[in-house]
Amino acid sequence: MTIKDVEKLAELARIEMADSEKQEFLDNLESILGYVGQIQEVTTGEIEKKAGEIRNVMREDNNPRESGNYTEKILAEAPDKQDGFFKVKKIL
Amino acid sequence: MINLNDLTIEKAHDALLRGDFTSRELTESYINAIKEKDKDIHAYLEVFSDALAQADIADKKIKDGSATLLTGIPFAVKDNILFDGKKASASSKILENYTAVYDSTCAKILKSEGAVILGRTNMDEFAMGSSTQTSAYGITKNPIDPSRVPGGSSGGSAAALSGGMTLAALGTETCGSVREPASFCGLVGLKPTYGAISRNGIIAMGNSLDQISPFGKDVRDTEIIFSALSKHDPEDSTSIPSELRKSKAKNPEVKKIGVPWHLFKDGVDPEISENFKNSIEKLKNSGYEIVDIELPFSKYSLAAYYIIMPAEVSTNLSRFDGIRYGHSAEGKNLLEVYKKSRGEGFGKEARRRILLGTYVLSHGYYDAYYNKAVIVREKIRGEIEKAFESVDMIATPTTPMPAFKIGEKMNDPVAMYLCDIFSAPANLAGMPSIAIPSGKNKEGLPLSIQFLAPHFAEDMLFAVGKKFETIR
Repeated sequence: MTIKDVEKLAELARIEMADSEKQEFLDNLESILGYVGQIQEVTTGEIEKKAGEIRNVMREDNNPRESGNYTEKILAEAPDKQDGFFKVKKIL
Repeated sequence: MINLNDLTIEKAHDALLRGDFTSRELTESYINAIKEKDKDIHAYLEVFSDALAQADIADKKIKDGSATLLTGIPFAVKDNILFDGKKASASSKILENYTAVYDSTCAKILKSEGAVILGRTNMDEFAMGSSTQTSAYGITKNPIDPSRVPGGSSGGSAAALSGGMTLAALGTETCGSVREPASFCGLVGLKPTYGAISRNGIIAMGNSLDQISPFGKDVRDTEIIFSALSKHDPEDSTSIPSELRKSKAKNPEVKKIGVPWHLFKDGVDPEISENFKNSIEKLKNSGYEIVDIELPFSKYSLAAYYIIMPAEVSTNLSRFDGIRYGHSAEGKNLLEVYKKSRGEGFGKEARRRILLGTYVLSHGYYDAYYNKAVIVREKIRGEIEKAFESVDMIATPTTPMPAFKIGEKMNDPVAMYLCDIFSAPANLAGMPSIAIPSGKNKEGLPLSIQFLAPHFAEDMLFAVGKKFETIR
């Protein structure tokens, strides 16, 4: 792994990172990958790919809550809002 | 004056029914204890201003005869369990001012039982850590020796209970986050079967692993809390339906206890090894048959865990984007708002795990890490299930070391992760496990033994645990 890899991962994860921290993160990640890498030595043999017991875990989509009941409460937590919507910066 | 030291949930319940004291008086006693002691320990992030009002509601229930075992019992609750209208920050800066907009299922149950929530407790940020040192709001100290950590990530709840600042406490486990602090603070900690207690309304870390887990002063206290919280919840798709909640144990009674000695022949504190051997000897003397077992795949539990968990973390924590709630930074465009908000809001350990998860899920590494870990996880589950065909329960030490000094292991993530090496099999396999105090070392620090049982065999853990409490 290199500093460039750390930068790439941070970019993918949408996290801004100070230059001063990158080396530390690189060292940490390498040491963690060194530890978890022992999993490569496990011989698991042929794995039978099978689905588990199939059952519907989703609740029935009925009795909806009345629209707008929670809008105000939820929007109260939003950093920026307008006319009952979350407000975001322009994308392009 | 109520003698808080001797109190258990059942004793308090009996005293409340007899009228020896009211829930208001009990709650006041704990609030006074918090005022007196918590400035040195920092178990609580916030003591709720309505605690006494909750106690008054409980006192009414006690008067009108509708009280249950938890009515009027003061609880400390980890800062990642949502209570409508109360702050819940997961000890992260990114949720510093977040107020929950709904009740978790667990909160609903505690409210309907009339429990008194004293406040929310400190934790490792997003439950990521084994010492409560990664909190954005300062460290928590171990009440038994304040120069040491209380363990983590549910260290605030453990310290509150161990320090006499609550009667009951809730934490959450993803891998040892209740059993390890229970071990460090001289408490009982129960990690229930995955899917037993609803995860609805807890701030997720690793969805396939997370489980609300109670602390207790004794085994019976954890049993009482577990019994109240363990029920099917349609709001959580991983909650197990009522008809499937059957013990997977072969025999209902524990006779044979398996010990996988090979898993802890190295890397364990000598006093812990000695204490564990003594505990096993005591179990043998009281009639349990002790059987050597081999769990070759379980040796890789922690490695598999530190691939699966960060993978789940990196996807879970993508919801914190500075748009809908939580910390938001200024930026020129949307992408910059995301990156700055997340860069400023997440602490080091959270960012480390997000990057690690992003790595193990990325193209080219997915098969070597994530897929492999998922397969190893299945092998671990399989070999433990197989072991339960010949033994009724498995025993190991809870942790490889006693409570360590504050500041230790903070610069070495892998050393920190190793605190939970014996915790991982239960979480990966979704099986219940209980940690029980088993004595003290020469410095007076608590030591702990842990039992692992088949899915939904919590009753067997309680039975063996209660027996162990009489022979230790």
